[in-house]
Amino acid sequence: MAEFIYLYRNSPAARQAAMGTPDAAQKSMQRWMAWMRDMETKGHLKNAGQPLDQSGKVVRGPGKSITDGPFVEAKDVIGGYSIIEAKDIAHAAELAKACPALEGDGSVEIRPVMKMDF
Amino acid sequence: MTASLTRLFGVHNLALAEDVVQDAFCRAMEVWKIRGIPPNPSAWLMTTARNRALDLIRRERTARTFAPELTRLLETEWTAAAVVDEAFTTQVALDEQLRMMFSCCHPDLAEDAQIALVLNILCGFGAPEIAAAFLTGRAAIEKRISRGKKVLAACRTLFDLADADFVPRLSAVHRAVYLLFSEGYHGASVEGAVRVELCDEAMRLAALLREHPATATPATWALSALMALHAARLPSRLDPAGELHALLDQDRSAWDHALIAEGRALLEQSARGDELTAYHLEAAIAAVHADSRSLEDTDWDAIIAIYDRLLALAPSPVVALNRAIAVAQRDGADRGIAELEGIADRERLDAYPFYPAALGELESRRGNMARAGEQFRAAVRLARNEPERRFLEKRVRSCEDR
Repeated sequence: MAEFIYLYRNSPAARQAAMGTPDAAQKSMQRWMAWMRDMETKGHLKNAGQPLDQSGKVVRGPGKSITDGPFVEAKDVIGGYSIIEAKDIAHAAELAKACPALEGDGSVEIRPVMKMDF
Repeated sequence: MTASLTRLFGVHNLALAEDVVQDAFCRAMEVWKIRGIPPNPSAWLMTTARNRALDLIRRERTARTFAPELTRLLETEWTAAAVVDEAFTTQVALDEQLRMMFSCCHPDLAEDAQIALVLNILCGFGAPEIAAAFLTGRAAIEKRISRGKKVLAACRTLFDLADADFVPRLSAVHRAVYLLFSEGYHGASVEGAVRVELCDEAMRLAALLREHPATATPATWALSALMALHAARLPSRLDPAGELHALLDQDRSAWDHALIAEGRALLEQSARGDELTAYHLEAAIAAVHADSRSLEDTDWDAIIAIYDRLLALAPSPVVALNRAIAVAQRDGADRGIAELEGIADRERLDAYPFYPAALGELESRRGNMARAGEQFRAAVRLARNEPERRFLEKRVRSCEDR
């Protein structure tokens, strides 16, 4: 088993569509919770992670300039992350297919966590 | 929560309070969807809203005026957090909800506007849901709500429970709560979940009124009892096909007996004090029905006696109609019809489908099927919604079959 991080990405428009009305938000939340539970019971969820606020700041370059997020130039922003366990990256990608983040035009970025084996 | 925030921000900033609540909900959903729902979600929401409120007050205290009576305290960091915390304690939050309820029942607002405001601000219903419950267009409801909010904003502060107008305002609140309940119970509304929710919300608001010494009057207890006893019959009022059942052939085993017991206990509480209201009498009638094992077993003498007192206290042709039906149960159809025809200001029942329906029912008991059918057909023409129409059409057919 190896560790991977899931970065949940979403565009502001899709986010609005998913959470804009109480009814939609309720449904979205239920799908997410069901998915998280499913991952957990199958032993793939190492750490559920946390959602991230949509606002933020960026410190950039040697000039150490600070600019306000959100990252307006980006089409999508990271809305949260989880750490999961899977056989390999193909398996991790397969598992992500059921993620509710994909509804609308969101995406799940999957990155292997690099670990040193001593 | 909106009520607590409004206490801080002032009624003129009601929209701001609603935004903060909305925002707290959105944040909650984002976190819960990943971390799961916490053991105490409402406390979690309260804390989130509290932090957002404090944030906002710090950021905007120079640009905006908040609640006039709290301005000085919110201006300085020494007291702001304490004032915000206080607004979110359970007791204060409860008081604010009551004050909001009283504010919504402003005498400048028509009753339907009062109810729309209560549903929107205190029960969190959106305009489409309220429109569905009242069979009104969404635009009309939105207009009603925004006009209502303007009246609230003009008041600057929430209604003070120590105000000299407390007593008349309390009866307006009672009326609004009861109308809300009636709308759910047998109003001209569509079938479906919204209706049951209206009854639940009305009972929740009445429970709030019972929590506060100033508003826990005998009338409040009686109104609560009345709603509990009626709600107990709700499961049997609609059969699986959604048809209204006449009280006459309701399945009494489907009644909610826990709720009946609660209603009876509430009614006992309402007798403490020297106030006797129409709610007491209506609850007493409902209790007699709930106590009877069957229609034949019903104590019609008691019911008619209570109707007589009710008519003396609050004359109404609908009450007289119900009394006439009780008389028919005790003394037979002939007497019932005579009572129905003798109702004072009977013309006020011209648009009420259950007046011809009652006549039809009694004519059919006399074996006069042709005349019964005629009455039921008249009732069908007055039906206000599908279940009523289907129920009455079934009665028309049963007259034609015989």
